[in-house]
Formats: sequence, C-alpha cells, structure tokens
Amino acid sequence: MTCLYLRAHSSAGASSVSRQSCHIDTELYSWHSHLDLAAEMIHSLFLINHSGDIFLEKHWKSVIGRSVCDYFFEVKEKAVDPENVPPVLQTPHHYLISIYRGKLFFLSVIQTEVPPLFVIEFLHRVADTIQDYFGECSENVIKDNVVTVYELLEEMLDNGFPLATESNVLKEMIRPPTILRTVVNTLTGGSNVGDTLPTGQLSNIPWRRAGVKYTNNEAYFDVIEEIDAILDKSGTTVCAEIQGVIEACVRLTGMPDLTLSFMNPRLLDDVSFHPCVRFKRWESERVLSFIPPDGNFTLMNYHVSSQNLVAIPVWVKQSISFFESGPSGRLDITIGPKQTMGKTVENLKVTIHMPKTVVSANLTATQGNYTFDLATKVVVWDIGKLNPQKLPNLRGSLSTQTGAPKPDDNPSLNIDLKIQQLAISGLKVSRLDMYGEKYKPFKGVKYLTKAGKFQVRT
Amino acid sequence: MTDSKYFTTTKKGEIFELKAELNSDKKEKKKEAVKKVIASMTVGKDVSALFPDVVNCMQTDNLELKKLVYLYLMNYAKSQPDMAIMAVNTFVKDCEDPNPLIRALAVRTMGCIRVDKITEYLCEPLRKCLKDEDPYVRKTAAVCVAKLHDINAQLVEDQGFLDTLKDLISDSNPMVVANAVAALSEIAESHPNSNLLDLNPQTINKLLTALNECTEWGQIFILDCLANYTPRDDRESQSICERVTPRLSHANSAVVLSAVKVLMKFMEMLPKDLDYYGTLLKKLAPPLVTLLSAEPELQYVALRNINLIVQRRPEILKHEMKVFFVKYNDPIYVKLEKLDIMIRLASQANIAQVLAELKEYATEVDVDFVRKAVRAIGRCAIKVEQSAERCVSTLLDLIQTKVNYVVQEAIVVIKDIFRKYPNKYESVIATLCENLDSLDEPEARAAMIWIVGEYAERIDNADELLESFLEGFHDESTQVQLQLLTAIVKLFLKKPTETQELVQQVLSLATQDSDNPDLRDRGYIYWRLLSTDPVAAKEVVLAEKPLISEETDLIEPTLLEELICHIGTLASVYHKPPSAFVEGSRGVQHKRLPGSAGSGESVDSPDPASAAGVTEAPPAVIPSQGDLLGDLLNLDLTPPTATGPPPAPSSGMQLGAMDLLGGGLDSLMGDESEPLGGDIGGSAAMGAGFGAAPAAMPASFNAPVSGGLDDLFDLGGSVGMPMGAYSPPKTVWLPAMKAKGLEISGTFARRAGVIQMEMTLTNKAMSVMTDFAIQFNRNSFGLAPAGPLQVLTPLSPNQSIEVSLPLSTVGPVMKMEPLTNLQVAVKNNIDVFYFSCQYPISMLFVEDGKMERQVFLATWKDIPNDNESQFQIKDCHLNSDAASNKLQGSNVFTIAKRTVEGQDMLYQSTKLTNGIWVLAELRVQAGNPNYTVSLKCRAPEVSQCVFQSYEAMLKN
Repeated sequence: MTCLYLRAHSSAGASSVSRQSCHIDTELYSWHSHLDLAAEMIHSLFLINHSGDIFLEKHWKSVIGRSVCDYFFEVKEKAVDPENVPPVLQTPHHYLISIYRGKLFFLSVIQTEVPPLFVIEFLHRVADTIQDYFGECSENVIKDNVVTVYELLEEMLDNGFPLATESNVLKEMIRPPTILRTVVNTLTGGSNVGDTLPTGQLSNIPWRRAGVKYTNNEAYFDVIEEIDAILDKSGTTVCAEIQGVIEACVRLTGMPDLTLSFMNPRLLDDVSFHPCVRFKRWESERVLSFIPPDGNFTLMNYHVSSQNLVAIPVWVKQSISFFESGPSGRLDITIGPKQTMGKTVENLKVTIHMPKTVVSANLTATQGNYTFDLATKVVVWDIGKLNPQKLPNLRGSLSTQTGAPKPDDNPSLNIDLKIQQLAISGLKVSRLDMYGEKYKPFKGVKYLTKAGKFQVRT
Repeated sequence: MTDSKYFTTTKKGEIFELKAELNSDKKEKKKEAVKKVIASMTVGKDVSALFPDVVNCMQTDNLELKKLVYLYLMNYAKSQPDMAIMAVNTFVKDCEDPNPLIRALAVRTMGCIRVDKITEYLCEPLRKCLKDEDPYVRKTAAVCVAKLHDINAQLVEDQGFLDTLKDLISDSNPMVVANAVAALSEIAESHPNSNLLDLNPQTINKLLTALNECTEWGQIFILDCLANYTPRDDRESQSICERVTPRLSHANSAVVLSAVKVLMKFMEMLPKDLDYYGTLLKKLAPPLVTLLSAEPELQYVALRNINLIVQRRPEILKHEMKVFFVKYNDPIYVKLEKLDIMIRLASQANIAQVLAELKEYATEVDVDFVRKAVRAIGRCAIKVEQSAERCVSTLLDLIQTKVNYVVQEAIVVIKDIFRKYPNKYESVIATLCENLDSLDEPEARAAMIWIVGEYAERIDNADELLESFLEGFHDESTQVQLQLLTAIVKLFLKKPTETQELVQQVLSLATQDSDNPDLRDRGYIYWRLLSTDPVAAKEVVLAEKPLISEETDLIEPTLLEELICHIGTLASVYHKPPSAFVEGSRGVQHKRLPGSAGSGESVDSPDPASAAGVTEAPPAVIPSQGDLLGDLLNLDLTPPTATGPPPAPSSGMQLGAMDLLGGGLDSLMGDESEPLGGDIGGSAAMGAGFGAAPAAMPASFNAPVSGGLDDLFDLGGSVGMPMGAYSPPKTVWLPAMKAKGLEISGTFARRAGVIQMEMTLTNKAMSVMTDFAIQFNRNSFGLAPAGPLQVLTPLSPNQSIEVSLPLSTVGPVMKMEPLTNLQVAVKNNIDVFYFSCQYPISMLFVEDGKMERQVFLATWKDIPNDNESQFQIKDCHLNSDAASNKLQGSNVFTIAKRTVEGQDMLYQSTKLTNGIWVLAELRVQAGNPNYTVSLKCRAPEVSQCVFQSYEAMLKN
C-alpha cells in the first residue's frame, strides 16, 4: 500500500480501456467461437515429440489453436529435462495436463474443473493402448498408423467422457494391424473396423468378449517385484519397499472362472486389482477370484512396505572421493550378494551420476564394461551375472576440469538387477483353480525380482 | 504399407488430387482418399475445402468409411453449416439402423456437430435413443443430452430431456447410470443453483449399486457425485463409507482419490469413539502410499492432495514418513512436494530420520531443491522444539561446506530459529559472522544484519560489521536497507557511547539521501523517537518480540475444509478455493465439511459455524498497537535536545507518519507472528523490531490519543441514508445501420435486488417489427434474462418503446474479456442481430454484502498481498461521509472508518452475485480531490471492474 504502486496501476488501467474498444470490433466474429468454450472434460489432445514439434492433434469439440501449447513450451524450456516439466499448468483460459511417455508428451487441454488424476490416468491409457496395438509408443509408430490412432482416440473418448478404454473392447471395434491383415485389406479393400457391437461393452464383464476359442488353453502368471530402496553411505537401508505386480496371459476358451490363491497373502500391505477381481472374496478369504479378460492384462498390483523387512539382494562397497587440490578423484566400487535366497543375480548394472565438473574417467573393471558419457556425466558399468566367488570391482581415477573447485554434490549410484525365479517378498502362489469350463488348461507361474528405484548414496 | 504415406503429398495440387480421388468410383480409392484427408487433419492442415466431396462418401455400408467421414464432419461442420445439413438425412436414417453400433454412432456424432440447424433434427432421434432397448445406445444418448445442453440449454429443457436423463439414474445397466450421472453433473455445473442432481437416500442407494458394476471412469463420476451428498446421520454416513471403501483397491488412481474424497468428507460425521472410525483411518493409509509408486505425474497430484490430508488428519500417515523420502531420480516437482509433506509429518518420534534425510538432500545437485531442504531444516527446528539443537548443529555443518547458496539459506533460517528460541543459540553467531562476506542475496544479508543488530551487545565488533554494510548503503535492496537502519538503531540503544556517529550516518542516509518512502518513514520515526525520548525509544525498538510458530505455513482452516471437499480436483492441486478460478462456474457453491453428528466428542474437529473464516486477532495486541501509534503521532515537535541532527520539516513528518499507518494496517490486521522464513520486515513499512514492538508497551508510555488506530472500528454513525443504486446513462448498443433499422440503446440498473436491463428499442425502418426475443451468450457472471422480452405491441416505423428486462444470475458462466462484457442476440421478425455491451459491475453488488468486522480483518489479512491493487480516483469532490452514503446506495458497505491527520480511511466490503467478496480501503483527504482506493479480492480479475464502478458511482 505504498504510493509507488499507484502510477503503475493507473497507467495499466488506461491501456486496458483502449484494449476494450478494439475488442468490441471483433465481437461479432467471435460470437460463435465463444459458444464453443463449453464445459467438458478433455477438450483437445496434442502429441508433442522430444524436440517440441506437435505431430498429432485431436479435438473432441472445437479446434483449439496450437498456440495454447506455447505456455507449455515455455515451461519445457525452463525445465531443461523433459522429465521435470510439471504435469499441471495453468494458462489464462485453459489448464494443460501432460504426461511424458516414451520421449513423447501427451498434452491435454482442459477448460473446466476436472479431476487431474482422471486426465492423467486417461492419457496413460492412451499411451498404453498405442503400445498394445503397435508394439511401441513412439513418434514413428504413431505417424505410421495415424488413422488408426485417430480412430482409437475417437473411440476412447466421447464429449470428454471415456468411452471404451479396455483393450479387449477396443480390439473388437478397431482391429490392430497385423502384417497379414494389412496385405489382405490392401488386396480386398477390407476394413479394420469391426461392424458389430463389442460384446464386452455392455455385459457385467465388459473386459471379456464372448465366444473366445482356443485349441491350446493356457494361463500364465508372472509375479514381478521391484525393489525401491535407498541405501546410505555405510550400506544401511534408509528405506525400502517392494512394488509387486501380477501380469497375466490367459488364453482360455469360453467363460472360465479362475481362483488364484497364495501361500502367504497376509504379506501384502496394499493391493489394487483389475476390475475383474471380486473384492468381496479377497476381503473374506484372501483369494483372487475372477473371470479373466482375454489375453494379456495386469491382474493386480501390490505393495509391501517398510513395515515388513525388505530383503536387499546385494551389498555395495563404494568410495568416490575428490581431492581438495589437483583436478582429480578416485573411485572404487565393489558389489557382492547379500540376501539372494540362493538365486543368481543377473543383469547387474551400476549407473553413477558424476558431478558436472568431471571430464573423464580412467577405470578398470574386473568384470563387465563401463562407459562414461561426457554430455550427461554418467558412468554406466554393465556387470552382467554376479559371481559370489569373484566379486566385481570397478576402480580407477576421475579427472575434473582444471581450475574447478572440488564438487559440492555427492554422486549417487543407481543399481539395476534381475533375479529369476524369486519374488523377494516371499510371496508364493499356491494354486490356480478353474470353474465354469470342462477342459484342463495348462497353467504356469513365474517369479522375477528386479531393482526399481534402487539407489545408493555416497 | 503404413499410414505415413499419407503425409508425403504436400504438393500444391494436393487438394485437387484428393478431390478427384474422393469422387472416384472405386470404393477402395475413396476410402484411401478419406484416410489421406483425415491424416492431413490430424496434423493441423486445413482440408475444409473438401467438405462436399467427403460428405458424399457418407452413404456407405462400410463402417470404417462411415466412421472416417463422421470424424471429418465433426471437425469441419461448424465452418460449413449449410453443407452440414446435407448430412442430416443420413444421420436420421442411421439412428434407425438395426445395428446398435450404428445407431449409437449416429446419435453420438450428431451431438458433436455444433450447428443449430442440425440440432433441431437431433431431438427426435435422441428421444428414441434415450429409450432404446440397447443399453449401449442409451448410454451414448445420455452423453448426447449433455452435448446438446451445451449447444442449446433451452431446447433441452423444453424437450424434457432432463427428466429422461434423471430417469436413467434408475436404469438397469450400471454403465447407463454412470453416464447419466456424468451428464447431469456436467449440466448442473453450468446451473449452479439448479436442483438437477437431487440426491436422496434412494438415489444414493442406486448410485452405490451401480458403483460396483460400472467402468472405472463411471466410478469416478459416481464417487464425485456422492461427495456432494450430505448424509442425514452418522449411521447413513458409515454405511456409505463401508460401501465406498472397496474402491480404495482399484487400480485406477483417480478412482482411489475420488473414494478418498468421499471418505474424508463423510468421516467428519462419524463419532470418533466409534470402532469403525479407527478402522477407516487405518484403511486410508495404504492406498495413499501406493499412489506414490505410480507414474511421476500421478504422484504429483497425489502428493498435492496428501498435503491437504495430512493437515486435516495427520494421524493417517504419521507412520509413513519413509515413503516420502526423496529419490535421486524423482522429477523436481515430486521432490519439492515430498519435502513439504516430510516437514508436515515431522514429529519428535521421527525427527532424527528426517534430519538425516534433509542433510543428505542439502548436498544434491538441484539448487532449488537444496535451498528448500535447508529451509526445511529450519522449519523442523521451529516445529519440533526438542530437535532445535540438532537442527542448529546440522545447519552449522552445512555452513561449513561453504557452498554459497547453502550458507545463505542456512543463515536465513537460523534467523527464524533465533526468533523462536531467543537467547539460546547465540554461541553460533561467531560462525555466522565468518561468512559475512560471502552473502550476496538480499534476504541472507538482511537476515545476517538482523542477527547482528539483535545481538549487538554480544558481538564485540558489531559496529564494525554494520559499518561495513553501510558503505554501499544505496546499492543495497530496500529489504537490506531497512534492516540495516533498524539494526544500527538497536546497536545505538545498546551501546550508545561508541555508535553515535554511526546512527547519525544511517539516519541521514535513510532520510535525506533516499527516495524510498518506506525507508524515509522509518528513518524519521526512529529519529524522532531517539531525539525526544531515548528511554521510550528503547522500550519500542528493543521490545520483546512475539515468538513465531510453525503454523504460519498451514492452510487456513476454512480454506482447508473447503479444499478437503475438493480432493482430486484442480483446486486441490493449486490449494486455492474453486471460487478463485473465475472461469470455473462452480465458484458459487462453497463446500463445507459436514459437522460431526456425535455428541461431545468433536473437540478437535472444528465446528464449521464457529470456524467460518474468522481468525480473531488476539485482543491483547490490537489496543496497545493503537495506543502506540496514536502516541507516535502526538509527539510534539519540540526541537531536539540530546542526540542527532535536527528533525525534518514537519510536513514531511506527517506524510511519513500517515504512510506508516497505511502500511501498518497489515500488521494490525493479523496475529502477531511474521511469515516464517519470509522476509524480516513483514510489511514494507514496519521493521521486524518495530512491527513487533507494541506487544510489550509499558503503560507509562500512554499519552492522550486522538485519531489513533482504535478509531478503525468506530463506525461513528458515518453511514447515512442510502441513496439509489448508480445506473449509467443509456448508450447506443446497436446502431440502426447494423440491424436493418432496429436501434437499441440501453443501460443497466439494480432495483430492489433485481438487475434490470433497460432498453429503448427504436424502429428506424419502414416496416413494422414484431416477435422480439432476446438471448445472452454465456458470460462471466451467468447473467441471463429472467423472463421473455416484453414487447407486446408491434413496433411501427419511427416508434420507440422502453423495455425493462429483469435479469437473473443463474445462467451459464464463461469468463469474458473484458470481464463485464455481455454478448446479446436480439431477434425480431426480420433477422437476428448480435451486439455486445458492458454492464457496470456494481449491478452485481448484492444487498447482503456487509461483512462482519472481524471477518473483514481476517479476510483482509488472509488474501495475499499480490491480490491487492491500488487505483486513484481523480477530481472527486465528496467528503468521506457523502462518498460512503453514495456507495452504500449501490451496496458497497462501509464497515469501519478512521481518520488520521485529516485523511479519512473507509474500509468497505462488497459481495458479488457469485459470492466473490471484494474488500476495499478508500482514502479521502479533505481538500484533495484525488481518492485512493485499494482493493483486495481472492479473484483479482474483478478489481479493475470494481474500480471502474467506484469511479462511476462516486462521480455521477
């Protein structure tokens, strides 16, 4: 409330008056376009590649000019890394909600109060669908199949309301391209759009189509667990949790009703299910009872958190130091097995984010290869299989820019690994029963443990 | 072969070639051509010129081709309305097709073609589809009603579609129910006052049944709808909670968060001693934790909401601290949010862990994150008293790293720690002083100076330190200058013998060589204090400061309650009430948490009524502050006796004093604490030491008071009889030239609480005009005609007629530019004419816009200063009472008035029809025709309009 602000304000007032008078002239033209700015969920979608080109746009109502993306580009410039672009942005007339998947931005334009999670979930679903249809979600693939993608988008959303997002249902309406069908269509002028109502759309089990037939009936379940952990300098666990998922591939004739039971279901802290799972049975008996969708799907996600002790499969002994004087430092890392339940650790990989002033690394690895990327300052040490008899070690010297001070920030290690035939939480499937159909299916369960965000501080 | 081939033809003759292909006899060629057209469309090329050729392909048995043509139609129909009519017949025919897929597709597409003429044809097919035997068609038709309503709301109401839609809530198919709910919710959003979604136990039961069976998206619509329901008692509340809880295990995070919203809201009604209450609390934690393992974008939204949840119910996540630990490769926006929540969850039990983490973060790469981590350590110290010592030593460790920005942040937070725990950690001052030279950010410099001034008696070379800053005084930022001034005065009061020269130097720099009014004001005040009564000066400047607390960063309780009702929405992401988004039309309804139904157990759940926006100022503070400032102003202007240079000319003095009072309003309004971690001089005009001083005013310092701040709440009968509301003179809105002879001039008025649009219609044509009707476009405040345009007799040539059209404010809302712009369509027997006009915003000032004084105070304080705008009204010759009267006539209410040195300050409140409050301070000085008006509003967009109205109301 000081007088200083006064002048600035009154001059702003004057300029806005002149803007008003200009505005009235254009009013008659904008009448219709104003009408379009109506309430709905997702108004438009833009697909934007890594370098900031819009390569596909879809509007569910009126066309919104691309200039709306400028706000986004501005923020993207500032964020430097695309991962750091905040997902919700406010512009004078719209909200922009975006996700970053496969080096692409899926940017949606919103005009009213909409649950942002709703939009983000939907955008991920779009990306999932593209991935599912074409094997990957990339600019090239989308451009190669642009009309199918466009048809899919139209089928997935109507007036901003999600319409069909189940892959099973979509595939009945718009068939995914296969080499054979493309050839046949080209020759016969056939269509890749189904002309009957997808059977799943309306039944109480929208995820499964009717009349499924297989000659080989099989049901496979992959229990995949990712360890998210932070270990401190001394190797003590700061926090650790397990994100688990059961991926299913079910190819069964008819309407099978499956029951999957665990040896130790009480391990699970929190679960989220595919809509097919009967929640009541889980609540009362801790079994998964469901009529499965046809094909691949995620049956459940679960979470085992720090309340239970999480086993850490490897130990890391590391020392990375920079000398106070002289442009150099030393690095010495050794990795060994810890709690592996007798299984072999494979695909072991260590990623080290070096301080910005590091210009080169002269290291020797007793096992595997290492690379140093000068641009990103990342050392990647690809070890492969962990041999408990001969522990892998990486050591050597680091050079920093001459004249640069000792780096302020500590580098951090990220570990990647895989352990086959082990769910590190100890979760075990005890049996799978099938009801409702007569035949005997082939059943299988596989376990896999991976490192998720597994980080060692130095 | 892939679709990328469609992108290759960018030559000039492309459109021409496509045209030929579209008209080809070969089906396959046609389809390929349409695909090419669609491909061009997707990348934003304009292919609208091909409209007739594409529409010609519509009559086909090939479903894919049909779909493609529909896609094209939706995109371009609006630019070619006449051509689009060509498609109508096919649509109507397709709506009768035996294949439900085609019926649904046709009705869906028709709804997307936003052309009036098509809309008319849509009604009959839509009516049939709403009652179709196939649920797929019904659910598609339900959405279509929402689309149609958006194009022509009146039509939907007239045709009775809303009732059909309501019936669909009882449909046997859950997907149909979900879509009907979604459509009704969307329609209700543009009619905030309508009772479309009439929720009663029966409908709730139906919704809960459908909830279990419909798709994940439908579940979100239903849950969001449920959240608007207020259960009758705790038993109903519990039964709804029980049926919603399973949704917490859904794979879709939006379903989970919507369920959390319902549970958080209904939980308020459950008695706390109920077993179920505890069970529910336990059930909420795991799904919230799981949300944090999702994709980073989902995590971000989840974290923003968890931030609200932990403020409302910290017990839910109190054991889950570790999941908020930051990982190296989290995106920065996730890192910052996690940090915030870590501090909120910090307690004595987990503080060691938290501090170890924060220290770790302080050595990360990202500067923003590191800074926030250092600040977080300070906040922990203030929040958890037992940890303060550990925090200080952690900060000292960080200072030893000598990383420049870490040191600066550390010093800023240590200053806060000193304010929270005075006389406890002074031993570290020596270490701080070592880093004096490396400080280059104003905030850190100011913090350091404050510390030196505050503890001057324990720092041997305090004078040297401060003197070193004084050298470049004029290059410092205001913040640093103000601190330096205060610090040197403190130093002088503590060590008067050695520092006389220094204090004279700083006073002269501040008062004589500076253009900054705040600085000059403060300088003069000190100067006069010191020169008249050094003992009093000591009492004021070195007074004990009130302690700061950690609560300053909490969201205000009423806002928090409202935000809890909006979990999962954009409001919850921005932590702003939905009314702050003018564009969102829901602003009118302020949602409140239901009160607990239990008997006496609701001790810690605030009663909504008593918590309604009032943060009462501690009574002990305000009067003494009033006394103090009164005293300051009544100091006589005797020549100086002891120290210092001669006082400034008295006129300058008065000006300074008045400004001080203006600036001081902020500190008067609020509680005693300064923003934590914010700048030291809370308000620009009042320094830390000074602003805080009044808390401990000795009684001996009381002198006669005249026109002090205690007048602020004295209405003193200054409000006289209200006069009529201001109405601007009529202006020509629609010249006859533009409207085939019809001229419309008009104005707006507010009479007895009803907004009237007063128009003069003049027929300047040669023939009689009849059949007048009027419609408004959506506008910022939902203005809509409350009745038809009453022109009963035909208007003969050269005749004029006066019409008064009552307006309601429940129409559809859309933000206009300028805000008060209104687009009007007037129809007569000749044609439809469009014009736009602007209404004075004062039409929207409602009669019950008088705010309680306490609420005013709290609100003024609560609205951030960024939302304040100041305007000047020139050449106005009313005195303050007349102005107040005049404004009251237009529903601008004066709540308080105070007079300072001949300047009257009126504090006024106004409420708009959509519930937005505007607070104003109007300064009127006798003999000065220029008024100053400062406006504060949560929706600052309206300030400019309100100011224009002020000017118009005062000057007419």
